[in-house]
Amino acid sequence: MKAFKVNEIIEALNLEVLSGEKGLDRIITGGYVCDLLSDVMGNSKEGQIWITLQTHKNVMAIASLRDLAAVVLINGFKPDADTAAQSEIGNIPILGTKAPAFEIAGRLHELING
Amino acid sequence: MRTFRADLHIHTLLSPCGDLEMSPANIVAKAKVNQLDIIGITDHNSTKHCRLTRKLAEKEGITVLCGAEVTTKEEVHCLAFFETDDTLALFQQFLERQLPPVMNEVHRFGYQVVIDEEENIVEEVEKLLLTGLHAGINKVEQMVHELGGIFIPAHVDRPYYSILSQLGFIPPDLKADALEISRLTNPEDFDRQQGLNQRFTFLKSSDAHYISDIGRAYSQMWLEAPTFSEIKMALVNEKGRYVKIQ
Repeated sequence: MKAFKVNEIIEALNLEVLSGEKGLDRIITGGYVCDLLSDVMGNSKEGQIWITLQTHKNVMAIASLRDLAAVVLINGFKPDADTAAQSEIGNIPILGTKAPAFEIAGRLHELING
Repeated sequence: MRTFRADLHIHTLLSPCGDLEMSPANIVAKAKVNQLDIIGITDHNSTKHCRLTRKLAEKEGITVLCGAEVTTKEEVHCLAFFETDDTLALFQQFLERQLPPVMNEVHRFGYQVVIDEEENIVEEVEKLLLTGLHAGINKVEQMVHELGGIFIPAHVDRPYYSILSQLGFIPPDLKADALEISRLTNPEDFDRQQGLNQRFTFLKSSDAHYISDIGRAYSQMWLEAPTFSEIKMALVNEKGRYVKIQ
């Protein structure tokens, strides 16, 4: 696995930075894809990129609890206002893509494991 | 002050998963047999059987809380209740605006029909009522409270369609009037595990989809009279009104 920082994957995957810009130098250790927040709370690992369609502010509480590298919102979703605010406070970036989860997860996997 | 038995979570045959025997008349009859004083009519994303049920229940001296079981954008189920016909109608409009255009398939999900007092079908709802609204839980809560309603996240401890399964934990600033917990869950243990510091009143209810379910779980409310405002007071422990669960 190659070590990437969050800002190094943005261009490769054509992601938009939606909030939490100060956290762009976080190091990525892998990825996790799930929309059930309780599952992410139980099973995600430090440094992972979390791919989800959930926009509720609990997303950032869980990202911060698990010390995730960033959150990627799929299908063009935007964070709720208080979710974006939490992302700024916790310096965990929220990135956006129009792509669905399968596609963005596949491309991320290829990039960091390729 | 006396105690009233309340089962606030009952589906009618309008819910696709509700048994066709769940007509307003049958629900009222069963509530009577089970000595329920207050029942909540909570179909998925619809309030269309509330008024008929209330009309039939009045004759039996049973109070009906009119509302719905809302599926939020995050697929969290929440109960919402309204005091007046006007606010109920406004909420119905909100539900219809926010429900995505996914059509029901009767053979997969079941019938979604509205009936009249003679049990004639007067409407078949075409959009699938189980779909999550475009509105997230905070938006729904805000809407309910703007209309003076009661907002209660449903079966919060269940591993699906609950605030815990979908959002991981109870958001610390959630303005819920109460939380519904499952039949076998101990409220003190749940409160401690979730670190809620007794912020919420807990309710138990049947989530009835079949006639035999009605009243299998209920909450006891200490009230002057079984009215919307008294129930609201009981949920926040005001003026000696309170809720007790088994």
